[in-house]
Amino acid sequence: MTTLVSIDRRTLGRWAFNGAAGITLGFILLPLFFVTWLAFFRAEIPAFPPDGYSLKWFWAIAKHDKFVQGFVLSLQVAVSAMLIGLGIGVPAALCLARYRFLGREPLSNLLLLPLVVPGIVLGTSIYVFHVELTIATELPVIGSVAGLVAGHVLIVIPWCVRLVAASLAGIDRSIEEAAQSLGATPPVTFFRITLPTIRPGIVAAALFGFVVSFGNLEMSLFLVGVGRTTLPIAILQYLEWKIDPTIAAVSVLQILLIGVAMMITDRFVKLSRVV
Amino acid sequence: MAGLHLEHLSKHFGATVAVRDVTLRVGEGEFLVLLGPSGCGKTTTLRMIAGFIAPTTGRVHLGGREITALPPWRRNAGIVFQSYALFPHLTVAENVAFGLEMRKLAKDEIASRVSEALRLVRLGSLGERLPRQLSGGQQQRVALARALAIRPDVLLLDEPLSNLDAKLRETVRIEIRELQRQLGITTVMVTHDQEEALIMADRLVVMSDGEVKQVGTQRELYEHPADRFVAGFVGRSSFLPGTITGPGRFETKGGLAIACASGLTGPAVIALRPERLALGPSASGLDNHLQGTVELVSYLGASVDVHVRVSPADRIVVTQPNRIDSRTPEEGEKIAVGWPAGAAVVFPDDGSTARL
Repeated sequence: MTTLVSIDRRTLGRWAFNGAAGITLGFILLPLFFVTWLAFFRAEIPAFPPDGYSLKWFWAIAKHDKFVQGFVLSLQVAVSAMLIGLGIGVPAALCLARYRFLGREPLSNLLLLPLVVPGIVLGTSIYVFHVELTIATELPVIGSVAGLVAGHVLIVIPWCVRLVAASLAGIDRSIEEAAQSLGATPPVTFFRITLPTIRPGIVAAALFGFVVSFGNLEMSLFLVGVGRTTLPIAILQYLEWKIDPTIAAVSVLQILLIGVAMMITDRFVKLSRVV
Repeated sequence: MAGLHLEHLSKHFGATVAVRDVTLRVGEGEFLVLLGPSGCGKTTTLRMIAGFIAPTTGRVHLGGREITALPPWRRNAGIVFQSYALFPHLTVAENVAFGLEMRKLAKDEIASRVSEALRLVRLGSLGERLPRQLSGGQQQRVALARALAIRPDVLLLDEPLSNLDAKLRETVRIEIRELQRQLGITTVMVTHDQEEALIMADRLVVMSDGEVKQVGTQRELYEHPADRFVAGFVGRSSFLPGTITGPGRFETKGGLAIACASGLTGPAVIALRPERLALGPSASGLDNHLQGTVELVSYLGASVDVHVRVSPADRIVVTQPNRIDSRTPEEGEKIAVGWPAGAAVVFPDDGSTARL
């Protein structure tokens, strides 16, 4: 009798669990599904059910200069911001994980702060800062690509620090001591032992940094120069005039790009192990 | 191969003293075990030998050369860590080769020394595996091979067996001991496991509170413990606190009069080894002969522990071999406990009674 009840409870629990997981997954995937579906609608004004399918919206992207320019700029900015972010984030994570020093906690929080500050606020303040900087130094800071990249570095850093710190926390410090006892100097130990062991974290940090920068709209709106556009801005501007499925097609390409990046990354490091 | 000499080694962390004035000599090819409870300073001592911690005062000599100021990578000490500390991204062979590459040996020399080291620990066929594909025991042997491959002047073992299960531990400790003897390598091992220490060591160092309490062979420590800490830590003892009331006369706090062989006076503690005591009829005629009540009987297979209450304040544990004809006392039974005066060790009571 007791066994029967307990089996029933377990089955019930499993159903509840699977149900909740299914609903959550649906919640995440449904928008992606509809966007992808929409991208192939023939009609200019999307309506359900669609009256036919077409690939013409994908061709329309190439004809629209802003999308192409935006894509190129977004790619340049995202790659630069990711590389600079890693250059700052990896050593920062190492210091935070390895050393106890005065101001360690505040510094750690400071590095994560850009995650907490709303993008619009961040964009406005950096913009104002750039204006002041331009006035003060007479250098062309406002609207420069360098300024845009600098802003993006700010939102990439928290991801680099967190992901690298997480993988550092998982490694056994005695492997570094073992390397030293075997004759490796600290630099050799770092490059031959520490770096390879935290490689999954670094790869994940690169991926997330790239994605965060590539998809950023709020900050880019303030920092992008006159006559330049990033892909998210191009999408927004296009949406102000039209709502044809071109936007859906652009989104599909963007989803594909990031999806492929993730799959490539996953071949080198199991993302499920670091995130 | 080389002898190791620690000279007045101390380590302070702020106000706490982790290691206090440790002086030790480890002979060439000797297997020395640092034994003590956690926090006694044994690991700190080992890490000072390895070079991971700089001593506050004192010197370390290896093979007649002072190495106190040398960093770990210039000491030529092979270390096996409790966690094995294998490089997870390198294969077994690459792990073993690492130290040889650091020494810039020729490729074929490295290859032959790697296979030699792996053969030594009987892992010859697993060179291409990654550490995570190995069992705990195999990983432990890779760590050993890696430490031995560099032909270290001294081998340092930091609780190398505590992550293995009990059965495996028994075979591995014999293996390590035989290998160490065969190679004649000077070895210092740290452990809190007295059985492990007794089985593996040539000599033992018992440490407590950062100090060396006693250095000696197994027999010396067991038969002539320097103080009651050693008597309680190496082997087991029942302690009876009390006072020496006259030459050869001791009175326990519980009021029992006991004959002992000791020149001490004043407050003292008597330590009794459980297997040196006689129980029941065989207790009669011995120097000491106490009546008590059996409070607890623990059946351990090869032997039986009998806990006998001899006074309201005193309880004695007696170990009886579990012979085919021996009768195990029942709990609650009245029984006699006896021992010759020379079987007990007497220590001055230094006030540390409460700790044990």
